[in-house]
Amino acid sequence: MLSPVMQPLVKLDRAPQPARTKIAARGVWMTFPGRGSDAQPINVLEDIHLEVRDGEFVCLVGPSGCGKSTLLNIAGGFLQATRGEITVDGQPVTAPDPRRIFIFQENAAFPWLTVEENIGFGVKRATEAGRREVIEHYIEMVGLTGFGTAYPRELSGGMRQRVEIARALAAEPDVLFMDEPFGALDYLTRLRLRAELIQIWQREKRTVLFVTHDVEEAVQLADRVVVMGKRPSRLRAIVPIEVPRPRDLDDPVCRVLREEIFGVMGLDHQGLQASPDSSGSLPPSTDPD
Amino acid sequence: MRARLESILLPLGVAVAFVAVWHFAVIWTGSDIFPTPRMVVAGTLELARKGVLLNYIVASLFRVTTGFLLAVFVGIPFGLVLGWFAPALKAFNPAIQVLRPISPIAWIPVAILWFGVDDRAPIFLIFLASLFPITTASIAAVRNIQLVYIRAAQNFGIRGLALFQKVVLPAALPQILTGLRLALGVAWLVVVAAEMIAVNSGLGYLIIDARNAGKRYDLVVAGMIMIGLIGLGLDWLMRQAEKLDEVRWGLNR
Repeated sequence: MLSPVMQPLVKLDRAPQPARTKIAARGVWMTFPGRGSDAQPINVLEDIHLEVRDGEFVCLVGPSGCGKSTLLNIAGGFLQATRGEITVDGQPVTAPDPRRIFIFQENAAFPWLTVEENIGFGVKRATEAGRREVIEHYIEMVGLTGFGTAYPRELSGGMRQRVEIARALAAEPDVLFMDEPFGALDYLTRLRLRAELIQIWQREKRTVLFVTHDVEEAVQLADRVVVMGKRPSRLRAIVPIEVPRPRDLDDPVCRVLREEIFGVMGLDHQGLQASPDSSGSLPPSTDPD
Repeated sequence: MRARLESILLPLGVAVAFVAVWHFAVIWTGSDIFPTPRMVVAGTLELARKGVLLNYIVASLFRVTTGFLLAVFVGIPFGLVLGWFAPALKAFNPAIQVLRPISPIAWIPVAILWFGVDDRAPIFLIFLASLFPITTASIAAVRNIQLVYIRAAQNFGIRGLALFQKVVLPAALPQILTGLRLALGVAWLVVVAAEMIAVNSGLGYLIIDARNAGKRYDLVVAGMIMIGLIGLGLDWLMRQAEKLDEVRWGLNR
């Protein structure tokens, strides 16, 4: 099934996107064995098709439990799809790879290493001077100058997440997979880190696949927002966000796009279920979560 | 400041009261065998003058250190492997669970049979006594490692032995250290018991020998107090280790 693709609301004079496909999901299905005695296998993903271009920032949004993290974990090589495959640069993903770094919501900065040691963990440089240079560069980029010898336990949650982002960037990957990386942070910290992430991405030009349940976050960050529905998930829509960055959340175009995405998810902006939607999804009370 | 003063004065008050009760209890019951605190101090000084006290402390500490370190070198790698490879744990766990509740004291006859009456018997008993807490703590430590650390490391291309060295061991270390502290406490309990039977030096030997050779209960109690103080010292050392940056992140309670 092909997803409906929304027309961009505004046309902007932007440099043409590089057409090269970086990540491609082709007919990805994921089925988990059910729990309990009358175990029915649970279809989490059904026939997902998606292409992400080189250097593109794509957000996956959907209600919790919809399988967006599962899809990201398959792309990262941590899970194997039941059917179909995900390729990066045309090669099927079978295992995690240092060219594609995953950033976790729970924060995976190693607590037994200092900030510098964490950031240096995946640095591929032959000389010590080269290593130092990379570490210093990324410490500065994420605004942790002066905290190099601190341990993660001495930092705030937002700073720990910066350590993990810097560690990922310092390994010089082509792709970043981010699984609700700001989900555990307070609202203001989240806003700041979003703005910083966009600045970093504009400078570094890596391909980013970013999972979030926060539609506002997706609209602020992404080139395109991929909307997923309730389980079993197919892609409901792919919404291009052609608004120049940095984006103001109160920008009328952003607000309209947000409403549209909520509409696709089957909710109005107050979180109430909108008129029965065409895809025939289950009402919220029978959601398996 | 007040809290600090209280933490010194209150225990000191208890100690003074305890010594006073002990002193008057001996006087009032008219015991001619059980010593007063003063006699115990005199006995301790006598042992120190003869050079016996230091020799016995060194002998006991040597046995504990040797047996404990042997258990560390066997128990930590063994525990890490069992914690990591589920089939290995399935295979070994029943045997561990059967051997674990057997008190090291019950092994004394076996130890004498195998090693005779020399240092190796108590070292073997210390080794056994420490091995189980260290192994079980290491197993649990590995199984409790947060999956994100392992996944992150694999993502950076770390596998095999490097994964153990760079991630599994450091991530498990805080909980392993808790096991080491427990094991050292047990080891110190056991060395005293082992020395009462299997050797002729050490603080355990001092206690049993003082009783057998002329009912010198002043020396018995002196030995007991030394055991308590040294045990406290060993635990203090382990608590200092818990302050290191390598483990503090996992022990902040």
